[in-house]
Amino acid sequence: MSTQDLTGPGLRLDHLPRRKRVNRTMEGLAWLAAAIAIAILGVVVYSVGQRGWSELNLNLITKQPINFSLTNAPQGLSNAFAGTIVIVGIAMLMALPAGILVAVYVNEFAPAPIRSVITLVIDVLAGVPAIVIGIFVFVLLVVGSGQSGLKGSFSLAILMLPFVARTTIEVLALVPNALREASLALGVPRWRTTLSIVLPRAIGGILTGTVLAVARVAGETAPLLFTSSVVGVQTDWNPAHALQTIPVAIFELSESPDPKDHARAWAAGFVLLIFILFASLTARWLATRNARKLAGR
Amino acid sequence: MSAADISTEPTRRPFTGRRVRFGDVSLQLVAGAAALGVTVLVGLIVWKIVDGSRLAIVKNGWAFLIRVAWNPVPGRELYGAASFLFGTVLTSFGALLIAAPLSIGVALFLTELAPRVIQGPVTALVETLAAVPSVLIGLWGIYVLGPVLRTSIESWLHTVFGFIPLFGDPSAAGASIFTAIIVLTIMILPIVSSISRELFREVPSELKEGALALGTTRWEMVRGVIFPYARGGIAAALILGLSRAMGEAIAVTQVVGGSPTIQWNLFSTGDTLASKIAAAYQGAVTSLQLSSLIYLGLVLLVFSLLANLVAQWIVRRVARKHGVTRGGHV
Repeated sequence: MSTQDLTGPGLRLDHLPRRKRVNRTMEGLAWLAAAIAIAILGVVVYSVGQRGWSELNLNLITKQPINFSLTNAPQGLSNAFAGTIVIVGIAMLMALPAGILVAVYVNEFAPAPIRSVITLVIDVLAGVPAIVIGIFVFVLLVVGSGQSGLKGSFSLAILMLPFVARTTIEVLALVPNALREASLALGVPRWRTTLSIVLPRAIGGILTGTVLAVARVAGETAPLLFTSSVVGVQTDWNPAHALQTIPVAIFELSESPDPKDHARAWAAGFVLLIFILFASLTARWLATRNARKLAGR
Repeated sequence: MSAADISTEPTRRPFTGRRVRFGDVSLQLVAGAAALGVTVLVGLIVWKIVDGSRLAIVKNGWAFLIRVAWNPVPGRELYGAASFLFGTVLTSFGALLIAAPLSIGVALFLTELAPRVIQGPVTALVETLAAVPSVLIGLWGIYVLGPVLRTSIESWLHTVFGFIPLFGDPSAAGASIFTAIIVLTIMILPIVSSISRELFREVPSELKEGALALGTTRWEMVRGVIFPYARGGIAAALILGLSRAMGEAIAVTQVVGGSPTIQWNLFSTGDTLASKIAAAYQGAVTSLQLSSLIYLGLVLLVFSLLANLVAQWIVRRVARKHGVTRGGHV
């Protein structure tokens, strides 16, 4: 270990009162930074809650929006709620098995050099901006044949995949090797060991990662703009059609000149925020419980 | 501890049993196919984005990158990326400039200062900030943050520092590059601070305690031990934050105003690569316009790939270096 030179340039250890003053200032600034970070979250949640709560009623999820409404007839966003459920649900069904399989390969089968290549690929994929994923799916699937909920799901699945794979790799690495060896020593074939011993042991962590990934993509707008945004007002559950989603609806309503639209955007945003905060907290709770369980055994 | 050590490096002896088990081979094939699929997917993304922008590349070449123009009128079409590049660099570096000290402060607070009781809740709250969808931050940016910034902070900065070109007249529209910078700051703060927190936690406590035992104050220990030890990692965290800020489309589209010009005034409207693409989602009129939009995406993709590769390279190098020194301890 190379020693860090504490008496190097810039660090003078002579004037104690001043050093203490500097220290107190810096500690104060660190407290301030933490306070600012929490205050931002507080202000955002409060603004959304305050504006969304008063607009919140059953019409939001039961009534359809009305194009060019000039009356005060109640409108909702039932189409967006249905679309988000369908699109995010299908995205999860696509990304979950793929992500787990990638993680199984990386952790249980891949030789070291291939393993580091695949983890690098996963990290790179996680860093591709959501909007680029959107135009990628647009160029690949939408040009020529039009948008659909399924294509929206595909773009969200690409965003989820590295997330699921990463967390699963982390949990699989925590499964004690003794378990694998014990199973193999009993004559259980490797595939059964992986499927019935290793994966069940890791299921808690995989679940946490999945909940977090769902919470993350449920609020994603960018990939859906190009894949599932040209939509009607009817509530539609068919993923072969382009489906409205909550984030895209909020995005469109936020640019509308009509204050009534803003009100609905806040209300829908409030529902989305509550769902995402709830999912994140659940995942956190699952993670700590899981860690305790793994450590306890 | 020893179990964890072993499990990160499972023994991978080639399967030399007499029977080749069908189940083993098929699971390995299926899982391998998934891993191959991810790799192919990344290649396909690059290829399709290059392919989609081919028309614009052929038509414009490199001149696209330095031209300020976005004119979709058929017959007089002219496109260039310069103003969007400028906006992307201005907003993302501006956001990083504010977010870097803030998130390092948060990370230091969490690892060195926070009483145990509030450590967990504060960590959870900061990470919750990362979960707030960008479209909501954007909505909040238009209707809550934007007006506040314009009436108080922007006009104050303009009267006091108006002689600096950055602090010009606040725009009447309410949207501004400055609002975009603040919005991006909020979005990268939780990422940079959570990576930094992990890094600071990795610093061996004997080094920290050694410094304190030599009579340094806590801040001197941070400067003399924690920062040098975590330097590479902090650089990687900042690069990842920058890349995130460059790629953010939705919230920026909502607050930036969308004007394809280059100006230094932070309080005027602007545009970025990502926000220009997002704003055009309702369709392009001509194929050249569409291709030019995808070209903007290609520029963005190259930036983010570079940023991520550099960051990963730093992370891996630092991990190896620290691993070696730590091994030398024992």
